[in-house]
Amino acid sequence: MGLRPAVRLCHLYPREMNIYADRGNIAVLHRRLAWRGFDLRVSESPPGERIRTGETDLFYLGGGQDRDQLGVAVDLQGHKAASVRSAAADGVAGLFVCGGYQLAGHEYRTVDGQAIGGIGALDVTTEADATRLVGNVEIESRLDTGRMRIFGYENHAGRSRLGPGSSPLGRVISGHGNNGEDRTEGALSGRFAGTYLHGPLLPKNPQLADWVLRLALEHRYGGKYELEPLDDHFEEAARRTAAALTARRRLAPRFRVRTR
Amino acid sequence: MIAVVRLAETVAGSAGALSRRLRLGGGTSIVGMVLNRLDPGAMERLAAETARRCVVLSGTNGKTTTARMLIACLAADGRSIAANTAGANLASGISAALLAAKRAGRRKDRNTGQETGRTGESVGVFEVDEAALNDIVRRLRPGLVLLMNLFRDQLDRYGELESVTERWVELAGSLPEDVTLLLNADDPALAFLGNGHPNTVLFGMADDHGNNRELSHAADTIRCRRCGEALSHDFVTVGHLGAWRCDSCGLHRPTPRFQASRVELRGFEGLSFSLLDSSGGRPEAFDVSVPIGGLPNAYNALAAASAARALGVPPETVSGALSQVDAAFGRSEQIFLQGRTLRLLLAKNPTGANENVRFVMSEESRLHVLILLNDRTADGRDPSWIWDVDYEPLLDRLDSLTLGGRRCWELALRFRYAGAPHDSFSVHERLPDALDDALSATPEGGTLWILPTYTAMLELRSELVRRGVAREFWETA
Ligand SMILES: [Zn+2]
Repeated sequence: MGLRPAVRLCHLYPREMNIYADRGNIAVLHRRLAWRGFDLRVSESPPGERIRTGETDLFYLGGGQDRDQLGVAVDLQGHKAASVRSAAADGVAGLFVCGGYQLAGHEYRTVDGQAIGGIGALDVTTEADATRLVGNVEIESRLDTGRMRIFGYENHAGRSRLGPGSSPLGRVISGHGNNGEDRTEGALSGRFAGTYLHGPLLPKNPQLADWVLRLALEHRYGGKYELEPLDDHFEEAARRTAAALTARRRLAPRFRVRTR
Repeated sequence: MIAVVRLAETVAGSAGALSRRLRLGGGTSIVGMVLNRLDPGAMERLAAETARRCVVLSGTNGKTTTARMLIACLAADGRSIAANTAGANLASGISAALLAAKRAGRRKDRNTGQETGRTGESVGVFEVDEAALNDIVRRLRPGLVLLMNLFRDQLDRYGELESVTERWVELAGSLPEDVTLLLNADDPALAFLGNGHPNTVLFGMADDHGNNRELSHAADTIRCRRCGEALSHDFVTVGHLGAWRCDSCGLHRPTPRFQASRVELRGFEGLSFSLLDSSGGRPEAFDVSVPIGGLPNAYNALAAASAARALGVPPETVSGALSQVDAAFGRSEQIFLQGRTLRLLLAKNPTGANENVRFVMSEESRLHVLILLNDRTADGRDPSWIWDVDYEPLLDRLDSLTLGGRRCWELALRFRYAGAPHDSFSVHERLPDALDDALSATPEGGTLWILPTYTAMLELRSELVRRGVAREFWETA
């Protein structure tokens, strides 16, 4: 370790946007690189600070409460949204989860009809509904490295719809996904991925974690990277439990939780 | 009409007996569900019949223990109590408790041949689910509402913390003037709920008794509710609780009427503090000591003692009652099995689990730990909260670690990504296997610390009953 310069992760708004155990995702990125002899350097990007775009290989933005998300959205419009978009054009990778996924899109419209601007890096618009979409989720994803099943938990009031500039991250096998209607889940645009799935997302989905890491490594060092396999038998056991939960849910009638 | 009401109560009572006979559980909620279905006005009517006044308490953590402490104080003061002690904290549990209190009263009267009426005042003490609070307060019309804390918990069920807070703001604004609103001043989400309410009383910690804690990763309300800037803290106690202030707009923790000072933690043995009551012209102080350990229980004892004082229980009665109180089941409970001491510490959210980790580490240098994670409704369907718990400091202190419960593999991943090697802990999907393995890893005469979620604790309890070392929970509650 330490022979190669570290991969650089920019964690956007870690204090404000961390409600669904987002630090689990950071821990997975960190460990899975370390086990392969790479360092990860995490820089935190709080409100009010500019992003040093030339020094980032991967962005991460997690989920937050509405109130915090609103504050973050205001801060994004200062400089950050433009910086993140230009970094995306330069091949920087990005992972956006739950509230972070909504903010990565063009706009989030609250129940009262207030429109909150986002980063605009994913071709997604989101509108809040009075009911939340909650529960275990399984999706099937076809990434450039092959098909994979992704497991997680969703809990969102927003209904997201994709424009032509993004493709879904996956097709819903069980659960609600982007809007509970079109069977899409998440969004992909170039090297940016967004999803409603937490749990956290990456511990149970090591293939997806490695896919994200490969993008970051390619940006850092150039060329193509094949990551050596790891002993993922705990991950596989956790995926079996998750698959049993979503299989049960597929058989049961779907429900929605009314919050007030 | 009276006949119909009687019938509803009888049918509901039978359902509870049947449920206990079939070993479906304590049966308390079944009674209430049947009763509320057959007679939707049952709770209001029973409350009027059985309790002169009601106390309702809510908060993310400490409800059951605090209710238990308050009941001890009121009972020591000679009052008769109706309470939902089995942790059944929705409308059904409260109706069932009121019905049970009414029947117990009637039986007693029949035995003594006396007229209804007792020596002491009758008081209802009810712990209430955070999301059900508004509805239940509207129906019960309590004389005192105690709000303890709000931590992130079961996001799948309650939604975000913010939405619970908003509902409580609504509730505080709609309380009749004569209702005492007792609030934890150390929680910036609660301290100002009573601003528009004339009869508001605050409690909080006087100092941090030299603990020098910092905000944990899982700290929730870290921003000023007035201006949105980050809060500063003169000291931090549990989670985001403490002496907070906003350097931006000047808002700060108001001075509580009831303050706990010189808090002394004595591990599993218990804790003590001096309770200052700064009301009116002459402040008074009295010592409180409880045989239940851990800083969260200092808050529980402070809340219970404050409520008891607000209800007119004399200080010496409060002191005496609290010194005798025992832990609610699964909270700081001790069981002996195969020459080992099992110590149970329940948690179902990051703040509670962090406190348990701290507590365990303060007790012994080398540790044997069994963690049980379930994902049923009462645990939270979404187990992602374990990633917000700071388990890392435990790693260097573990002599053995066993993981179990329905989501044991999520725990395995939590520890794998904390840096624990694959072979440094064992994982079992079946609870009896997890218990056996953890017991065999613990030397005779040693202590096994068990950290279960709520339903995992119930399962563990059943397993211990099968092994002849514990009683069913409805017998102990
Ligand atoms: Zn302020």
